[in-house]
Amino acid sequence: MNGRAARRRGMTEKAWVRWGLTGIAVLYLGIFLFVPLAAVFAQALEKGVGVYLDAFREADALSAIRLTLLTAAIAVPLNLVFGVAAAWAVAKFDFPGRQVLITLIDLPFSVSPVISGLIYVLIFGLQGWFGPWLTDHGVKIIFAVPGLVLATVFVTFPFVARELIPLMEAQGTEEEEAARVLGASGLKTFLRVTLPNVKWGLLYGVILCNARAMGEFGAVSVVSGHIRGATNTIPLHVEILYNEYNFVAAFAVASLLALLALVTLAVKSLAEWKFRAELAGRKMEQGGRS
Amino acid sequence: MSIEIRGVTRKFGDFAALSNVSLTVPRGELVALLGPSGSGKTTLLRIIAGLESCDTGSVLFSGEEATDRDVRDRGVGFVFQHYALFRHMTVFDNVAFGLTVRPRSNRPGKAAIRDRVRELLRLVQLESVGDRYPAQLSGGQRQRIALARALAVEPEVLLLDEPFGALDARVRKELRGWLRRLHDEMSITSVFVTHDQEEALEVADRVVVMNEGRIEQVGSPDEVYERPANPFVYNFLGHVNIFHGRVHAGRGTIGSLVVDLPDHAAANDAHAVAYVRPHDIEVTREQADAGATRAIIRHLHTAGPVVRLELERQDGGGVVEAELSRERYRELHLEVGEHVFIRPRNLRVFLEDYTI
Repeated sequence: MNGRAARRRGMTEKAWVRWGLTGIAVLYLGIFLFVPLAAVFAQALEKGVGVYLDAFREADALSAIRLTLLTAAIAVPLNLVFGVAAAWAVAKFDFPGRQVLITLIDLPFSVSPVISGLIYVLIFGLQGWFGPWLTDHGVKIIFAVPGLVLATVFVTFPFVARELIPLMEAQGTEEEEAARVLGASGLKTFLRVTLPNVKWGLLYGVILCNARAMGEFGAVSVVSGHIRGATNTIPLHVEILYNEYNFVAAFAVASLLALLALVTLAVKSLAEWKFRAELAGRKMEQGGRS
Repeated sequence: MSIEIRGVTRKFGDFAALSNVSLTVPRGELVALLGPSGSGKTTLLRIIAGLESCDTGSVLFSGEEATDRDVRDRGVGFVFQHYALFRHMTVFDNVAFGLTVRPRSNRPGKAAIRDRVRELLRLVQLESVGDRYPAQLSGGQRQRIALARALAVEPEVLLLDEPFGALDARVRKELRGWLRRLHDEMSITSVFVTHDQEEALEVADRVVVMNEGRIEQVGSPDEVYERPANPFVYNFLGHVNIFHGRVHAGRGTIGSLVVDLPDHAAANDAHAVAYVRPHDIEVTREQADAGATRAIIRHLHTAGPVVRLELERQDGGGVVEAELSRERYRELHLEVGEHVFIRPRNLRVFLEDYTI
């Protein structure tokens, strides 16, 4: 037995403690994750695959899926750009207000989604600050697609930045300085040095951001107005179906979100694995220095 | 290209990293910036590179004003303490980076770049690692790749920040000699930062000793070692013994030793500190003259090319370190606990108002 294994065994708890803790974790996951997930698919497929698939052929369901994809397609790239820019600024430069920016980035995490939605109603709604002006000019934001996008962007903007800031801070600025001395312009330095160094962390952030963008309920619910076929996203559509006692269709559409969650998990695991290799490479480098 | 620093000051908040520093580095010279941490040596190097700005003062390259010139346009090669290799690129791409980021108009062709990179890898004796990643190399290899990368753009000045600081003792020594030879071949104006006096004395043409944001002394390795300008330089360059005494009208009394000090003819019963290198302490069994002091041998370190002795002065003057050649040590048959006499062969006296 090598030294590492021996050391490991020396540090290990008693067998019943280990099994006990593992058992609690598995039981917990089972009750709160696997059973509900299985229930979603069981309910959805209760009346057969045909009925399950019918749920997606309905025009309102298709519209909800389209709208969800559209919202995510706008919100995720926007937050990708914002997240990278914010992380870059925070991690690589020191400027007055840096700490304030870091705090502000976390704001959507600490604010209830309902409030996030209400903010936009208060600003752009009929009784809001810009409401009358917008109505006069025929622009509709609340109870329309722009409102949904705005609310989604707000709720999801911390994900990319939060993922990148610690990584970029750990990496420091030496490589960027090296690139500058070698004659690379700011843009080339960013594209060829900064960005490749964080690509897995970035992907990880984008995946989380996307999952939240597609699954967001609270903020979106406030600004949506629940107009079938027009301003319903998948989560809102599920709620409506459920409230109509249309359980099979509700769970069928919900299973889409569940599938999305599973895909997200899979891609996330891959990204995390690569990401860890990235961090490990960094550590190895640091280890070599001592 | 020669470098001239004129009255450069740099403050970080309240901390003055550099205060009114002036220095000239002639073309083709290899200069060491030597000092303890916080002495401002790295800041000075970064100001020369353009990675840091100065509050006042100016930097001139070949007599031309370069203070506000962008890093990219300075034509310097910079080797970072922790190598700063691009970790997601192969060694080949790392070395080629400076050439591949050039604007299309003066970027060499693919084949030319490949030849140049191969040539540089040969120069740093690492031809076989081109398609490896930095994480797969040892510290010494990474440092040589960092050097190859810096040289790829044919800089007119090479700046190295603690180039061997992160390496183990053996690799350090090896790379030192190698850097010296490389410099002799290419004769590119080079400045390197180090806190290791041995490294500075061995490698550099000239040594700039820095402390607390100021230059204490500039000179050849012999000059700074043999004729330190002040107590700080004396202390910083190698081991030193300190004796306290008094100086009056050109005569110094240090313990039982009386010496002539023509430099201090004006001194009026001033407190003085004498600095003596361990190899300038003479150890004898018999009292040769009245200036010798009695001491007890506390420790003997016999491993290595010289024998080091730790002696306790019997007049209460504390511990003295001495170095003897192995031959002399055998002649004397010294044992721990024995009484001997010590006498400084060569000392340098500074009056007390010089503070370290």
